[in-house]
Amino acid sequence: MSKQFGILAFVVLTAAMAALPFGIGEYGHGVLVGMMSYIVLASAWALFSGPTRYVSLATVAFFGIGAYTVAVLADHLPFGAILVVAGVIGLGVALLVGMATLRLAGVYFVIFSFGLAELVRQLITWFETSVTHTLGRYIFVEITTVQIYWLLLGLAVITLALRWWIEQSRLGLAVHAIGDDETVARHAGVNVTGVKLALFAVSSVLITLAGAIQAPRWTYVEPSIVFNPTISFITLVMALLGGPGRMWGPVAGAVPLYFLFEWIATRFPDQNAVILGLVFVAIVFLVPGGLLSLIDKWRARGSGEQSHA
Amino acid sequence: MFLSTLVIGLVLGGTYALIALGLTIQYGIARIMNLAYGEITIAGAFFVLMLVSAMGLSPILGLILVVPLGFAISWLVYGVVLHPLVKRATHGGQLEIDSILVTFGLMFLAQGLFTMFFGSEFKGYNWLQVPVNLLGAKIAAGRMLGLVIAVLIGGGLWIAMQRTRWGVNLRAVANHPEFAPLVGIDRDRAARMAFGLGGGIAAAGGAVLSMYQPFTAIDGGFLTMKALVIVIMGGVGNLGGALMAGLLIGVVEAFVSYAIDPGLTLAATYAIFLGVLLWRPKGLFA
Amino acid sequence: MDFTRRGLVAATAVCALTLTSFSGMAAAQDRTSIRIGYAVSKTGVNAAGANTTTIPNYELWAQDVEAAGGLTLPDGSKLPLEIIAYDDRSATEDLVRSVERLARQDEVDFILAPWGTGFNLAVAPLFARFGYPQLAGTSVVPNIDGLSDRWPNSFWLLGSSEAYAHSLVDVLKPAVDNGALNGKVAMISIADGFGIELSSGAREAFTDAGLDLVMDKTYPLGTQDFATLLQEAEGSGADIFVAYSYPGDTFAITAQAKLASYNPKVFHPGVGTNFPVYAPMNDGKVEGVMSLGGIDANSPAIQDYLARHAEILGKAPDSWASPVIYASLQMLQQAIERKGLDREAVSAELASGTFDTILGSLSLEDNQLKDLWYIGQWQNGNFVGISPTDKAGVADAVIPKPDWN
Repeated sequence: MSKQFGILAFVVLTAAMAALPFGIGEYGHGVLVGMMSYIVLASAWALFSGPTRYVSLATVAFFGIGAYTVAVLADHLPFGAILVVAGVIGLGVALLVGMATLRLAGVYFVIFSFGLAELVRQLITWFETSVTHTLGRYIFVEITTVQIYWLLLGLAVITLALRWWIEQSRLGLAVHAIGDDETVARHAGVNVTGVKLALFAVSSVLITLAGAIQAPRWTYVEPSIVFNPTISFITLVMALLGGPGRMWGPVAGAVPLYFLFEWIATRFPDQNAVILGLVFVAIVFLVPGGLLSLIDKWRARGSGEQSHA
Repeated sequence: MFLSTLVIGLVLGGTYALIALGLTIQYGIARIMNLAYGEITIAGAFFVLMLVSAMGLSPILGLILVVPLGFAISWLVYGVVLHPLVKRATHGGQLEIDSILVTFGLMFLAQGLFTMFFGSEFKGYNWLQVPVNLLGAKIAAGRMLGLVIAVLIGGGLWIAMQRTRWGVNLRAVANHPEFAPLVGIDRDRAARMAFGLGGGIAAAGGAVLSMYQPFTAIDGGFLTMKALVIVIMGGVGNLGGALMAGLLIGVVEAFVSYAIDPGLTLAATYAIFLGVLLWRPKGLFA
Repeated sequence: MDFTRRGLVAATAVCALTLTSFSGMAAAQDRTSIRIGYAVSKTGVNAAGANTTTIPNYELWAQDVEAAGGLTLPDGSKLPLEIIAYDDRSATEDLVRSVERLARQDEVDFILAPWGTGFNLAVAPLFARFGYPQLAGTSVVPNIDGLSDRWPNSFWLLGSSEAYAHSLVDVLKPAVDNGALNGKVAMISIADGFGIELSSGAREAFTDAGLDLVMDKTYPLGTQDFATLLQEAEGSGADIFVAYSYPGDTFAITAQAKLASYNPKVFHPGVGTNFPVYAPMNDGKVEGVMSLGGIDANSPAIQDYLARHAEILGKAPDSWASPVIYASLQMLQQAIERKGLDREAVSAELASGTFDTILGSLSLEDNQLKDLWYIGQWQNGNFVGISPTDKAGVADAVIPKPDWN
């Protein structure tokens, strides 16, 4: 019963989100694209990092690979085919990296993933400057902002549906076992490495696609633009704010934070960094378990009061 | 050419090592991954810049003054912002995430404040730009000083860690945080001390940096990342390791630039770093 | 199992709440001011450049217009400026969205260009689509076929990489021919769009002019040490050293060259050489250093501009893009005075009209400003233009450059 209601509500919400661009102007479309992009990034990030508790800063490595693939292939292939190629490249890199690194734990993985993003950026830069001699690339793809938004919405739906399916299936149990205690999970017969690798790969492909879909909005692409490490940090903060352990957590973190950032950038352009910094600190102190945990607390208090009455 | 490239690399590495020393103490003992570390360095650089350009004082005096200042700021930051998180954390993972978030916020905050007060242009002054000839390489005297200070601080701390009661306590916390209270060591005090000490070294690094290189309000981020790479390569909390790893990275960058392709210097740094992580995740010298 | 209703409801509520606030906010306005908007990198990696060249000149111009009682319209009436400024945080996605906001939400009358080549390219399609003229004063001309057909109301004011390369060759060639220089060039360039564009232009021009490119290396963004590169340049025996570098690198390259007493007969580092801070940072010992840009230090208009910039903003402008940006704003101002607030007409006027600016009388060819100082040299405390060699007010190049001390 609850499940049917959930699916129905999800479909209605998706349809409503798809219809949103009709009511608002072009700036609104840009806002929607930015918001949906971070919904995808944060949800895809949490797909891997939520249950396994691996904190990854490699987001922008895959995001940039996606965008760069579009920049290289824009003149040669139709956009749809480019997306496929980008996804395959993202998958390849994710598998390669995943196999090598997923035995690292804790902060070692954090720093590794950051180093990975920098390494990818340096290698692409070097390749472009020394081999192809064309560093900046132009992207002339005929696609409207609203179409980009719909593509991202589709990607968001896929990401959330995947998360839901994983939580439902036996895989979900295995994944949570790993997050709680890897050694115990291993002893219980969970193929720890395989599960982690699969999650990392899926999450990375989704992030790659997010970068690829958005790239036509920028016309001109070079490594320092698409491998901007801030993207990794913002994704991480959004997912953590909402609570990466829940399906809707990253969404609940991404949407308000995105609008907050947008509001600060337009309203206080000169104090942007200071306010952002304070917001981060405030989040850690005021919402330690993620925004969605507040609902739990609030409910618990509500039922507690009822029992007193 | 070989010798002078080696010297250039060692001097470059000396600067990296100096900046990484403070971070390895902070991370090794206080167990906080401090993403705002480089901001203390830049704060030190701005402080010395003000002394030199506004008051006409010597940068050396600035270097001496900036260390207690860096110590005090970091001590306060730990007490006010980080200690509550340490107390609150139920498991290591939670503290890790909290400290990444909160120090990332502090980084933004500090960069914003620097920009508001000093603007975002390149800042710098000119001092000790006289060449010292070393095995065919001409090195700025200011830079040489950086190397000397790095070795002095690194060596001094290492001796203090090995020989004094204070050092033994700190090391005990670094190596076996769970047993430290059993032998009467106040873990919290040790962590606060380490955090302040790291901040003092970071500020000293900034003072030295300002002597030979212009900087901007947002340079701290790069410094933090470089320092983190060195800390991990050297082994967390390992002073000698950080010194060696810093020098190693400097030498590798110089030789890749000279013998292979300057376009690959940073790629080589990260490749080596990733290699070390995979091959010896506890650091080169564990 | 985790598909909880309350999570879903919460997410929906947040989405709905935030989105309603973004619809239908633009209200009709009666004309009491002219709204000018811009989005530049106030924070992030581009901030150092934007705060040196773009932002100060936008602010200076706004103050000048205010002091003059506002912008003059064709009927002679004056309207005050209303400035709307956003921070793009050095991210293209934020920039694109800010420009969409300025055009569609704030409905500003004109939008000033962002800072940098890549960022100007990123918004060119938007300016074209929304019908705003784009006066790009901090972007070299992009290497795109049919540029002015693709974006007819974009104007590129900082010259093309070919023009920089040929202007440099024009300075060097006579000295090579009369034996003052040996004709060997050592070149290093930064690995990003700017460095690649300028170095590939230079490579071609040097070869065409018969110069011998004995060293040609690229270094990545974030390089801190140039000792090995300069050691190699010195070892190459080249009389001419050219670097297409960014400000931080330019300062480091110069400091290292002085330190190593590396004094090639032509020393030409990149962006940053033209910054006011360059001379004091090197104890004023910069005589003879060449680079991109330059000014006519004897022009009264420029002298007046330098003085006002220093007085009003408390700092000197750079000697390359700063005067160009200020001139571009004067062009916009005069186009508005002639054609009013009709953006189509203003764009057409910018493309075909002649304007009286601090850089003299300017007019654009193919949407580009070509009458520029491409190469300058530090002479007696000023970074003066030495090429094009036939431009009015040109100073003679000093070759070989004197000793560092």
